Amino acid sequence: MKFLVCISQTPDTTARVAFTPDGKAYDSTGVTFIMNPYDEWYALVRACELREALGGTVVAFHVGPAANETTIRKALAIGADEAVRVDAEPTSAAFTARQIAEYARSENFDLIFLGKETIDYNGAEVGAMVAEHLDLPYIALASKLDVEGSTAIVERDIEGGVEVVEVPLPLVVSAAKGMAEQRIPNMRGIMLARTKPLKVIPPVPVEEFVSVVKFTLPPPKAGVKLIDPENMDELVRLLHEEAKVI
Amino acid sequence: MVLVYAESPRGQIRKAAFEAVSFGRKLAEQLQMPCAAIVLGSVQGDAGELGRYGASRVFQVVHEGLHSLDSQVFTAVLAEAAQRLEASVLVLSHTSTGKTLAGRLAVRLKAGLVSGINGIASVGNDGSLQVLKPVFSGKATAEYSISSPVKVISLMGNAVRPEASGQPVPVEKLEIAVPAARVRVREVRTIEGRVPLPEAEIVVSAGRGMKDPSNWGIIEELANALGATTACSRPVADSHWRPHHEHVGQTGISIRPNLYIAVGISGAIQHLAGVNNSKVIVVINKDPEAPFFKAADYGVVGDLFEVVPRLTEAVRRFKAAQ
Ligand SMILES: Cc1cc2nc3c(=O)[nH]c(=O)nc-3n(C[C@H](O)[C@H](O)[C@H](O)COP(=O)(O)OP(=O)(O)OC[C@H]3O[C@@H](n4cnc5c(N)ncnc54)[C@H](O)[C@@H]3O)c2cc1C
Repeated sequence: MKFLVCISQTPDTTARVAFTPDGKAYDSTGVTFIMNPYDEWYALVRACELREALGGTVVAFHVGPAANETTIRKALAIGADEAVRVDAEPTSAAFTARQIAEYARSENFDLIFLGKETIDYNGAEVGAMVAEHLDLPYIALASKLDVEGSTAIVERDIEGGVEVVEVPLPLVVSAAKGMAEQRIPNMRGIMLARTKPLKVIPPVPVEEFVSVVKFTLPPPKAGVKLIDPENMDELVRLLHEEAKVI
Repeated sequence: MVLVYAESPRGQIRKAAFEAVSFGRKLAEQLQMPCAAIVLGSVQGDAGELGRYGASRVFQVVHEGLHSLDSQVFTAVLAEAAQRLEASVLVLSHTSTGKTLAGRLAVRLKAGLVSGINGIASVGNDGSLQVLKPVFSGKATAEYSISSPVKVISLMGNAVRPEASGQPVPVEKLEIAVPAARVRVREVRTIEGRVPLPEAEIVVSAGRGMKDPSNWGIIEELANALGATTACSRPVADSHWRPHHEHVGQTGISIRPNLYIAVGISGAIQHLAGVNNSKVIVVINKDPEAPFFKAADYGVVGDLFEVVPRLTEAVRRFKAAQ
């Protein structure tokens, strides 16, 4: 079986969120970048587990500049067999999705994995776009995935529960919590990653319909009002009369 | 026109759809266009009720192939409807359904997409639309401009209040070919009794301060008294004290209820990221230095095992007096 795992890079979860003075771009000064947790913990690990059980290859796919190669090497250290990098800034979901689809079109992957969303722009857009470009079925927010023959059995998170579906391969899925357990790369993995193939390919041009006008930060909170722990009637009164939420 | 896909998972038109239609109507007013809603598959009750929320026309495609979600099938039908009705903006809900469809529809309709928006910033003279969207898990807001003639947007839950000020309208059946489905539903498992977390207006959430999963009774009782849904921090879900679907935060689900009550949660940055768009935050923690107090509107410094039952009693007294 051939698995493709799309990997994105996001600011570390503890990174301060700040923007350039014109408000048009994220200010990445001094920020550490990590592999998007949904891509790493769930999509990549599940693809590696399935490869271990069923045989085949896992290709890690990344759209980003050469500086992002540490993230790609980490994916290889966790268990991907090879990697492909599109040498371009991932400027939008539409751009990224086209790059993935153009590459995957000729490679006959059985399963294309993505994380359910990135933790920076929270789009949850790319997977569905890839599936549409490739005319493949798509399951978003998958929290469990097994393969039986040429069919995937997938649990997808829905509001207030899960839906268990059967879908013929090939398939595009976005991975949510529950699909796998995080793996910490070991020394052997890290050493091996250095020798695994990493191919760099040029981007295909994409017409953009969406642009950033500006980013803004929320106004700071007014400050907490402390309530006497003995007097919960007072808290209820404030929630009713002042905050008007109960 | 502004065309709103009023989703009806398992035949039920839910809050997300009413919110989307209410939002669609306001947007349509700004754009000086009519607002219509479309329903796929048969639904319980009258789809024409969407008229109350601002749809001047309600369309429905009835076909047994639309009972459960297959993104290829739904995309084919919605794209065909949008083209036939000459929709210039297609509005979805940013739900599990919307996330499955939005990207597909954007590609199919050659449309610009911004998902998970919570408002409109402005309407350009050049046919562009500027929308607002929480990014960095709610730590910032982005304003995006969409320039394509056809636009797809999806609305985040609890971003607008559904407003039923209009009248029901007759439902118009649309005849659209429904392709064969490839996704087959085996089983649906839902959690009964409580409002799903993304839709909940009041959330009672607890963390590692609870010490043991057997202590959750006091959280359930407070939630019951308030008609709230329960949530938890990541370590609590990771150690299987609570189910995964309760995990909120940057790597769980992001919520924006009217009231979020955090019990025995320290308020780590990754936790705050998923909840800091809540309208009002109450923090109960014995440590006055807990970072959560900085993000809170009301704080109670005290032992949760004493404070929570006391709060439950106070809520019951308040409800009884109402
Ligand atoms: C990449 C990454 C992603 C993450 N994503 C998330 C996420 O999505 N969601 C999330 O929640 N976390 C996330 N985390 C974890 C996060 O950093 C914190 O570790 C976690 O939120 C802490 O959970 P907690 O507040 O329940 O536990 P703790 O930090 O242990 O806090 C327990 C709190 O309970 C209080 N307490 C204890 N006993 C009592 C008592 N008797 N009465 C009152 N108060 C009491 C303590 O004072 C303390 O403040 C993530 C971490 C990383 C690295």
